Amino acid sequence: MSSHPPMYFKNHLYWVLLAAGGLVAAAGMYAVHMMEHHGHIISGMNNQIVWGIPHVFAIFLIVAASGVLNVASIGSVFGKAVYKARAPLASLLSIAMLAGGLTVLMLDLGRPDRIIVAATNYNITSVFAWNVVLYSGMFSLVIVYLWTMMERRMNPYNKAAGLAVFVWRFVLTTGTGLIFAFLTARQAYGSAILPPMFIVLSFAWGLAVFHMVQTVIYAWNEKSLNPDILRRKKNLLGVFLLGSLYMVATYHLTNLYFAHQSAFEHFILRDGGIYPNLFWWGYVVLGNLLPLALIYLPGLGKERCVMAASLLVILGGFALLYVFIIGGQAFPLNLFPGFDVSSSFGDGQIADYQPSLYELLLGFGGLAIAFIITTVSVRVLNFMPQDKPYIAD
Amino acid sequence: MNEIDIQRRGFLKTTLGAAAVAVAPGMLLFQVAHGKSEGVSSKVRWGMLIDTTQCKEGCNDCVTACNRENGLSGETKATDSQWIRKIEIKDVSNGRELSLPMMCQHCEHPPCVDVCPTAASFKRADGIVLVDKHRCIGCRYCMMACPYKARSFVHEPLTDQNPDVPRGKGTVESCTLCVHRIDQGLKPACSEACPNKAIVFGDLNDANSEIAQKLRSVASTQVRAELGLNTGIRYQGL
Repeated sequence: MSSHPPMYFKNHLYWVLLAAGGLVAAAGMYAVHMMEHHGHIISGMNNQIVWGIPHVFAIFLIVAASGVLNVASIGSVFGKAVYKARAPLASLLSIAMLAGGLTVLMLDLGRPDRIIVAATNYNITSVFAWNVVLYSGMFSLVIVYLWTMMERRMNPYNKAAGLAVFVWRFVLTTGTGLIFAFLTARQAYGSAILPPMFIVLSFAWGLAVFHMVQTVIYAWNEKSLNPDILRRKKNLLGVFLLGSLYMVATYHLTNLYFAHQSAFEHFILRDGGIYPNLFWWGYVVLGNLLPLALIYLPGLGKERCVMAASLLVILGGFALLYVFIIGGQAFPLNLFPGFDVSSSFGDGQIADYQPSLYELLLGFGGLAIAFIITTVSVRVLNFMPQDKPYIAD
Repeated sequence: MNEIDIQRRGFLKTTLGAAAVAVAPGMLLFQVAHGKSEGVSSKVRWGMLIDTTQCKEGCNDCVTACNRENGLSGETKATDSQWIRKIEIKDVSNGRELSLPMMCQHCEHPPCVDVCPTAASFKRADGIVLVDKHRCIGCRYCMMACPYKARSFVHEPLTDQNPDVPRGKGTVESCTLCVHRIDQGLKPACSEACPNKAIVFGDLNDANSEIAQKLRSVASTQVRAELGLNTGIRYQGL
């Protein structure tokens, strides 16, 4: 083995990683084929829980895709050199995650073969329809933005493109939050705080994904990140985590204050079995408090701690979305306030949901697509952050 | 007559024949489907008044009639379609019990229509809220938006459909107010099947209709009236 140069193993590893990603994506495609053939009966979703695990994956990817651009915006819009050097990588991750998330969302449709209908029949009052424009606009804008960074002749337009991306991603995540904010019928949703909450969550999730990928790229290239840069970025992650905790707390506190919402809050925060467990242990403790400790506690905050914190933030994000999307649907609609209600259609009952293997494969397939796009791009183009000697700015 | 004229005559004959052959099946199918050439009028607003005091607990006749009329299986698993369901409610404060049917409320301002990305969910001029099965992409956003949980998603392939009520795997569906019967001048199946005549169907806009007269004389409510959707289905005795 020692007769081979190190590059040989790296080449090998690259192809192994790519094959692994391809295998997961293929498994996702198989799940889609099965769901297309048999119908959604083979998923765990039903008429009570109409959006399931695929939507958790898709929304995480789309929200993180917007949030990761924060790194680019701090560079291009606010002129911080450390971040500007990372803008290309952030843009690439954004495109990759958006592609993965949208693929999952699209392939979970009851009739994915009719996707063209979504483009040809446009309902102006539907926030879903707005999102079709927002997502495709984001794709195009980020590609132009990348072009202005990677093609020297386009450099003069970089500031303008950066500003456009900055504005667009705020609108995009507002759109994602509005999908739920416009649902007045359900206790969990229909709140104006959701769009800003999703924006702040996107900051944390996007930066966490960025940290993980950056660490891997540095390790791959046998480089180590300047500790001063690491310190700045981990502190930023800490601030974003505190911000998102504040938004989530405000969302629940306002609900608790409204008498007609308190039954739902008691369900989601205390009595709902898996949902309060995932919320408190998954999101609050593992997804926020532990990462905050890893970032801020004296003696910690080194590269490995930041990597672990980032991974925990991502897992916490999935936990929060599971509680928000599935827990939000599991709690029954309140059709007759003040009455005990029962029916053959689950009225007055907590809905049951067991994700099936096919749904999970579809979700992981989306992650695999993002992974493949990132891995191939990082290999064929230069996305390694090029730092000038570090000067605090 | 020269050769060109004969050729032209032959060509015209063939063309007319081909056009007739092409159009005739469509005309016949239009007849079979009980199609009407004139559109519906917005002067009409179809609705129902449900008298909960006359609705008996345990009676499921409206549900059975709906299933038969629309070709639904009648099964009640979480993945099965239920266009109409009986809800039993009990007042927590005084123990008063009521039973009532719940279905699409055919709102004047339907949230399902607002959120549908492809405009597959639509409201007909006469107030009936429907899903265009050819346009629905199966995103289920309307099911998230409906305050009455009135919609079902078709989770499995379907067989033995009623030709008047096309349905489709992977699309969303709900009570159509038996639009195919209304267009033939009939009442919805549930209204006709109710043994106690608890479901009065008619034109809310016609001051002389039975439903409009009854709405003037009895106290009625809309479920979740606070949402301001102005439902076409009203309840008496709630």
